[in-house]
Amino acid sequence: MTVLQSMWYKANRFTDVPNWSVDMRNVLLITLLSFTFALAGCGGKDAVQETPPAAETTEPPPSDLESSQVPSTTPGDAAAAEMQRRLAQRIIYFDFDNAEVRPEFRDIVAAHAANLARSPNMKVRLEGHADERGSREYNIGLGERRSQSVRRALMLQGVGDGQIVTVSYGEERPAQSGSDEAAWAKNRRVELVYGN
Amino acid sequence: MSKVRTLVLLAAGLVAMPGARAELTIEITEGVSDPIPIAIVPFGWSEIGTAPFDVAELVAKDLQRSGRFTPMPRTDMIEMPTRSEEVEIDDWKLLRNDFVVVGQLQAGAEGRYTIQFELLNVLNGQKLLLNRQPATTATLRAASHRVADVIFEKLTGIRGAFSTRIAYISVEGQPTNRRYKLIVADADGENPRIAAQSSEPIMSPAWSPDGQSLAYVSFENRVASIYTQMLRTGERVRVSARAGINGAPAWSPDGRRLALTLSRKDGNLDVYVLGLNDQVLTRLTDDNAIDTEAAWSADGKSLFFTSDRSGSPQIYRVAANSGGERPTRVTFEGTYNARPRVSPDGNTLAMVTLDSGSYRIAVQDLRNGGSRILTQGRLDESPSFAPNGAELIYATQDRGRGVLATVSVDGNVQQRLASESDIREPVWAPFPPQ
Repeated sequence: MTVLQSMWYKANRFTDVPNWSVDMRNVLLITLLSFTFALAGCGGKDAVQETPPAAETTEPPPSDLESSQVPSTTPGDAAAAEMQRRLAQRIIYFDFDNAEVRPEFRDIVAAHAANLARSPNMKVRLEGHADERGSREYNIGLGERRSQSVRRALMLQGVGDGQIVTVSYGEERPAQSGSDEAAWAKNRRVELVYGN
Repeated sequence: MSKVRTLVLLAAGLVAMPGARAELTIEITEGVSDPIPIAIVPFGWSEIGTAPFDVAELVAKDLQRSGRFTPMPRTDMIEMPTRSEEVEIDDWKLLRNDFVVVGQLQAGAEGRYTIQFELLNVLNGQKLLLNRQPATTATLRAASHRVADVIFEKLTGIRGAFSTRIAYISVEGQPTNRRYKLIVADADGENPRIAAQSSEPIMSPAWSPDGQSLAYVSFENRVASIYTQMLRTGERVRVSARAGINGAPAWSPDGRRLALTLSRKDGNLDVYVLGLNDQVLTRLTDDNAIDTEAAWSADGKSLFFTSDRSGSPQIYRVAANSGGERPTRVTFEGTYNARPRVSPDGNTLAMVTLDSGSYRIAVQDLRNGGSRILTQGRLDESPSFAPNGAELIYATQDRGRGVLATVSVDGNVQQRLASESDIREPVWAPFPPQ
């Protein structure tokens, strides 16, 4: 918990948010989500961001959801569809110089966590990225901080350490070229790549 | 993930890129206010026919490029002497030159040449230099750069760096199909050669102190590893492929150790030093912050590095044989100071600094702490000192593309090196051992 707190402390350092209470809320929220997302649809607010494009190089995440769901009853269907929608989203976006998973992406992280926790043999690679501003090796550090942030969130929700590999590309593999806030926002990200 | 990634490795120095056209073309964006007028008269040629190389043209270009000289256009010359005895000093004075260079290219046996030249002070008629540079067909260009080096040093007191080399990273293609190349070229951008290339990122090139090898980071195995590569032979060694990040290699001044950044398993970046012969790994920093981008002090006794332990990236200094002493903070101005590089004399630190919303190159005097911003770009990065310490090469952006630029350490002379592809991370090679 200390590591997590210090990480959030760092992530929040440039905002005016009082750190401690927010930390604890974040932790609680993520933990709760991991138990409650199956009921949900109601679990999360709509993402503020438009839905980001799926990573082009990744295949759909393997999921045994369908097989474990009872077919054709309404609440289950809705939940399964919602789960699939979240699992299809494999990019988490971040604020400038910040490694905290934004509230609108916590449901998505929770969905992937549940998916991975359910299948301990499943592997995921977390590829952290930064926008182009500032020095390149420092940006490798920022990308790593982001992939570690997602890694910790996944592990808090039951994913095994051995299921996760992290890598940071810094600013070396931008998803979008351009030197404006729109491009930068698309480049500050962690991509979840299933299957190693 | 069955995609097989290959890295085609060409022995640099053996394979020239087809066409051998310079990838970079130079444009002076700002020069000193009173550059020295000098006439570089076309050199004589000892044989019949056209000379195999235009020495005077290259020398004039080099001197012009330094921003400190204005070479006289050839079309304005009224006579073409090739020896000091033939120089009518009053004519050159009338044409408002301070100095005149005359010389000849002499053919020897078996493709060997000698470039002989003289430098005259037009104001008093004094001969300042008589010098000879040997060459072969293959080295005429390099020998001509040395002619410019000698003249530059005589007139400015600063050792010329025209005959040195640079390395940089070039990127071509679109997001899903990129090609990353590590390129070594002459300091004027000519003779580009591919030292390594990959479909995965290559970054952070660093010269060995003898200028024979480069260390760099390659993601060719889908994780970051550090390689060293001997340029002449192409021989490559993977020196660090530990779990997590392997980044920011920097050779110690004695060439025996490599500073590097590792994250190990927990993802926390710290600075280490690796003995290249004994493989002994020493940890220099231990902090939850990002500690990275180490640069050795000129005497090799300490390292500067970037850390955001104070909340924003700043530069710190730590002893190379750190016995657990706390690093001391070096930069205090502004909210972003990163990627330190030390001048060859050890007195100046160059860095990337955030200046009213833009990332720019700054220098800080390590003796009195005074700092100055040298560039005016929006996304300037990766400063690297010329081996004579007189200027810095760095990466900037021009119309959405990465380009290289140089700036003198006083900020007065600026040039842009234009390119067709997206280029970045220039590193200036050291002087060759004498």
